[in-house]
Amino acid sequence: MPIVKFIEFNGKEHDIDANNGESIMVAATSNLVPGIDADCGGECSCATCHVLIGAEWQSKLETRTDSEESMLDLNPDRTDESRLSCQIIMSDNLDGIVVNLPEFQY
Amino acid sequence: MVIIGAGQAAGQAAASLRQEGYEGSITIIGEESQPPYQRPPLSKAYLSGELPMERVLVRPAKFYDDKNITLHTGTRVESINRGTKSIATDDGQTFNYEKLLIATGSRPRKLSIPGSDLNGIHYLRTIDDVDGIRAAMENAKSLCIVGGGYIGLEVAAVAASSGLKVTVLEMESRILQRVTTPEMSEYYHALHTERGVNVMVNTGVSGFSGEGSVNEVLCGDDVRVQADLVIVGIGIIPNVELAEAAGIDCENGITVDAHCRTSDEDIYAAGDCTNHPNPILGRRLRLESVPNAMEQARVACANMLGGDKTYASVPWFWSDQYDLKLQMVGFSGDGDESVLRGDKAANQFAVFYLKDGNVVAVDAVNSPKEFMVCKQLYGKAVDKAALADPEVELKTLLN
Repeated sequence: MPIVKFIEFNGKEHDIDANNGESIMVAATSNLVPGIDADCGGECSCATCHVLIGAEWQSKLETRTDSEESMLDLNPDRTDESRLSCQIIMSDNLDGIVVNLPEFQY
Repeated sequence: MVIIGAGQAAGQAAASLRQEGYEGSITIIGEESQPPYQRPPLSKAYLSGELPMERVLVRPAKFYDDKNITLHTGTRVESINRGTKSIATDDGQTFNYEKLLIATGSRPRKLSIPGSDLNGIHYLRTIDDVDGIRAAMENAKSLCIVGGGYIGLEVAAVAASSGLKVTVLEMESRILQRVTTPEMSEYYHALHTERGVNVMVNTGVSGFSGEGSVNEVLCGDDVRVQADLVIVGIGIIPNVELAEAAGIDCENGITVDAHCRTSDEDIYAAGDCTNHPNPILGRRLRLESVPNAMEQARVACANMLGGDKTYASVPWFWSDQYDLKLQMVGFSGDGDESVLRGDKAANQFAVFYLKDGNVVAVDAVNSPKEFMVCKQLYGKAVDKAALADPEVELKTLLN
């Protein structure tokens, strides 16, 4: 099982065993990682699963879809590293991915 | 901690209690046979077969064991005894609580008219309901939907896309009458008509006919609609009976304060079943909405553990029909004027609603940026000309 390293805004780390085929959002909520609300359940409808992923891992991810891009665009904490974690599906080649959590979800 | 109900608020509440560091016992008691699941996909991607059952669960089935949460499915709570701080279930068990969360949700309003007990007439609230509807849809040729609300229209979209002949009957003068403006009603009426759905307004249902199974919907003396499958979506009723019988204050829902506490200080309530104050809107509400269920569950749990958290969120909603995603913030009825941004003919537009010049709501069709900006502009004044001009970047309105 690939591992996701979540780092909370306060620096606290959580190494989580994710299942292949499930989203990073599901890996977080199934393991009680705080900081991801995911109100819409993964439909890319609410943008409350915002995370930050560094360039070295971004290059291994599929690029943002139009709808993910639009949902993120107006987030006040938006950076080049911003992603919606419900849209990133785990696989072995993402083993060890580092996911930083923002201070707030909007 | 005991949670009555096993819907979305209950699932979130159990997770929130553990997330807040609570290590004592948590018991969830629900009537349905499944662990807590999400209801919104039921009339959308679960009905169409796009999403399997595992993907609609609030948390994976093994989550509850992993986190030492006791889940009693298929179990009905019979009564709450506030004196002994316990509840009794239909299988003869008693559970003591220190704090109790009532998350009993709501149930579909039923029709009671001639023929309404015929086979082939369905309601949509649970996974079991939808499994029944899906099976019936495989052999059905014509579907009649009673009620032009979001549930009915979402089902109409799925069924029309799968080739069924679909009729929607609405007793009011327009579909979505209770929840949106004439402008949006007209847009969705035209959309469904274009996709081959027969939408009939001002048409109340008086009965059903058929031999054992429905084959006609009767609307007064003049109108008969052929249908071998009927789905009734005419609203929901909050499940307050348990709370009421226990002497807890209820008025159009279980009455809670801004901390999600009921009139009994050890009993909280969350989700569709509550009537709660919203300090941002300045009035009490009963909401049929997932974000509300999730946020109330979080607030209730924090307070059940001795915290001091207040519920204060701007309501938001979404509805998927065909390839259109409608995202809404606030209540359009709160506005006294509207501003259109985008192009209705291109199925990409947003209608913003303002009161005294301040943004109070949006209906955004395939326009997620407009939805997101409304969440941030809520209650604030805005340059109307700029808002109406799609060439003006929304970001510039936030300064």
